[in-house]
Amino acid sequence: MHNTGDVKVPIGPQHPALKEPESFLLTLRGEKITAASVKIGYNHRGIEKACEGRTYIQDLYLIERICGICSHSHSTAFAQAVEEIAGIEIPARAKYIRTIVAELERVHSHLLWLGVAGHEIGFDTLLMYTWRDREVVMDILAQLTGNRVNYGMNTIGGVRRDIKAEQIPQVLKGVDTLEERTKYYIKIAGEEPTLINRLSKVGMLSYEDAIRMGAVGPTARASGVQRDVRKDDPYAAYADIDFKVITHNTCDVYGRTIVRVLELMESFKIIRQLLAKLPEGSISVRAPRKIPAGEAVSRYEAPRGEDLHYVRANGTDKPDRVKVRAPTLANVQAVALMLEDRYLADMPIVVAAIDPCFSCTDRLVSINDADHNSKNTFEWEKIHRDSIEWYKKRGIDFAKLNKTF
Amino acid sequence: MLMPIFNILIFPGLLFLFFFSMLAEYYDRKLGARLQNRVGPPWFQPLADFIKLLGKEDIIPEEADNRVFKLMPVFALTSVSCAFFYIPLWGKNALYSFNGDVVVVLYLLTVPILTYFLGGWYSRSVFSMIGAVRSLTQLFAYEVPLFMTILAAALLADTWSLSKMAAFYSAHPGYWVFNILGFVIAQITLLGKLEKVPFDIPEAETEIVAGSFTEYSGRLLALFRLSINIEMVVGTSLLAAVFMPWWLDAGPIAGFIIYVLKVAALISLVSLLRSLFARLRLDQMINLCWRVFAPLAFLQVIINLILKGALFK
Amino acid sequence: MIWPGAMIRQLLSSLTKKPATVNYPADKSGMPKGFRGKLKFDASKCIGCKMCMKDCPTGAIVIRQVGEKKFEADLDLGKCIYCGQCVDSCLKKALGLTSEFELAQLDPKKLKITLTDGPSIAGNKEGSGE
Repeated sequence: MHNTGDVKVPIGPQHPALKEPESFLLTLRGEKITAASVKIGYNHRGIEKACEGRTYIQDLYLIERICGICSHSHSTAFAQAVEEIAGIEIPARAKYIRTIVAELERVHSHLLWLGVAGHEIGFDTLLMYTWRDREVVMDILAQLTGNRVNYGMNTIGGVRRDIKAEQIPQVLKGVDTLEERTKYYIKIAGEEPTLINRLSKVGMLSYEDAIRMGAVGPTARASGVQRDVRKDDPYAAYADIDFKVITHNTCDVYGRTIVRVLELMESFKIIRQLLAKLPEGSISVRAPRKIPAGEAVSRYEAPRGEDLHYVRANGTDKPDRVKVRAPTLANVQAVALMLEDRYLADMPIVVAAIDPCFSCTDRLVSINDADHNSKNTFEWEKIHRDSIEWYKKRGIDFAKLNKTF
Repeated sequence: MLMPIFNILIFPGLLFLFFFSMLAEYYDRKLGARLQNRVGPPWFQPLADFIKLLGKEDIIPEEADNRVFKLMPVFALTSVSCAFFYIPLWGKNALYSFNGDVVVVLYLLTVPILTYFLGGWYSRSVFSMIGAVRSLTQLFAYEVPLFMTILAAALLADTWSLSKMAAFYSAHPGYWVFNILGFVIAQITLLGKLEKVPFDIPEAETEIVAGSFTEYSGRLLALFRLSINIEMVVGTSLLAAVFMPWWLDAGPIAGFIIYVLKVAALISLVSLLRSLFARLRLDQMINLCWRVFAPLAFLQVIINLILKGALFK
Repeated sequence: MIWPGAMIRQLLSSLTKKPATVNYPADKSGMPKGFRGKLKFDASKCIGCKMCMKDCPTGAIVIRQVGEKKFEADLDLGKCIYCGQCVDSCLKKALGLTSEFELAQLDPKKLKITLTDGPSIAGNKEGSGE
């Protein structure tokens, strides 16, 4: 190993710090990071193309499985876009139920993040305690929706399941337990010096940089950027609810922790308001199978930031084009900036602080053909044929793959 | 002729150390789990891990230095086992003792860290090399406070032999109180030597995979893990012998039980400290050790010197 | 100067409490009512419209005609994502969901079953290996 003083350490695609594959190539001098480069795309599954071959109802379930922890976000954003194109107005009770599940999902996601952050800095006790408390919210969600992740609550035109009156006291009891535990975690985050010292001044992203890099969600709000789709562009039932947008001004990982923990407290307030004001009525309206031609963009505040869905319909029962821009795509470009001039030991927590969900992120935009210096789009059949040839050369024959669509 | 062989190989030598360290690891993991509201592993888990690792293939990277790679676990195991013979466990006499064996024990406990460094460096993988360098950097931070506290206790006893120290503190009950500051410092820096949170920087799983042990597998890894467990037993026995010299006059059976209880109490402290804190960063750890622990250890040395002058004119 | 170890009281009190781990499989109380598990099928209500097949996201359910106005449903447990869309799409409410979730098999062929009404222990053709 030639010692020029700089060592190139590959973090990923497989690494114990990362929950999903992505590649950070760090250049180290001793323990200090002098340069970092980010490469994503390892989790690309062709979901946007697969949506075009399925009906809108089937697409709901596919879009939901883009990610495990923000599944309701994607499903609601998609349903909202389709409902906008079709001109359907969903009943008020459906809006409230969608929002209740959305806030419960936010609670779940932030508690999971607290545990992951603890694990990345070696604080396994925090991981065990927060994930034990996460079971409370997962049990509530399993009762309300029928599943612990990938809830399947949405349908085009409303929701599929109703919240019965006898379930509400249990939900409130669970929310009370979680609020007490969250207050304990706020106390710990303010008092434990080993935690504070690991998180403070790490991953600095100034206000100007946050806006320039297009950061969204708690990553941007910790730098003082007041951006929250729930307030800027209210959807579902958020227009009727009174809540605060939490920002912090320390611009570092500690600020992001505080923002997320305080957002948990706000979510509990929102859930209580929603359950108290739940209107009567039906939970869905009949939606046509063939959606008339049109296009719509729908925005949603996922636990990680702003989630954008674009849907174009052409009058048939299958969408013409679906595009998903997940919040992590907007945040991951800031990671290279945040890692410069920090220590290697800060890398896991800086990456974890943007709450990466690379399953959400990897969508194909366009292909640059480097050999011919032109931008090219491949057709589905050509990629399909090329991939079968690639595997045939290595002795595996996929031509007999069963196609149901 | 038979007695020394029995002592070295069986009791309190290698075989006893083997099973006792397995029990110590079980106790540490179980207590850590219960503190985190989990169930924890069953009692035979460390033994099962060892046997499973023995059955796996030893994979040696192509670029690694073959001989050093294979020798380092053996050196680690032998040096910690050797250190055990000079520590008075129950009663006032260790298996072997001579004037100066405090220094020898402390150095023998440093050798494993050197083997981690050499094993990691000669693995020639990026993560192992970073872990190896971190091992040594951490060594320079915690060794000074640890050495000074133990030497302070030796200074008060006016001898460099652990057995004579035990005899001295037994003869003057109550003198161990003067070493309390040293006890606290030694307990915390022992975590550094054992490479447990908050000082498990050389083996930080989320940053550098497994540090020096990244490329080790199979029997070599089993020996390394065994030497880590024995290091925990030897380290806590050393602390028990130096800072907890109580009831050393009991008979053999009662003395053995008292020894086990002392070691269990110290391992409980290790588990508790392990669960309470987050991992420190390397620069924070060096700052802490040199700015807080080293001056306090030095203070302990000065206190003991003054007391020695005052009490033994 | 703040002392480290803020969580110590919680940790020590955990020693006296029961662990939070559920002792599965001895204790199977975990899943609530309404959990979406395996499907059940009432053949007497099915009219063979195949709306369930049309809306299934994975193509897991297949309706076969076995006689005059008699139909049977074959389900591939490996493909089913337990979303329950077929239950919602069925015009005659012939499909329903149970809470059964221990459906793993060692042999992949055993995952293709024929649905029955009610709990699946009795009367499965290809057997679910229970």
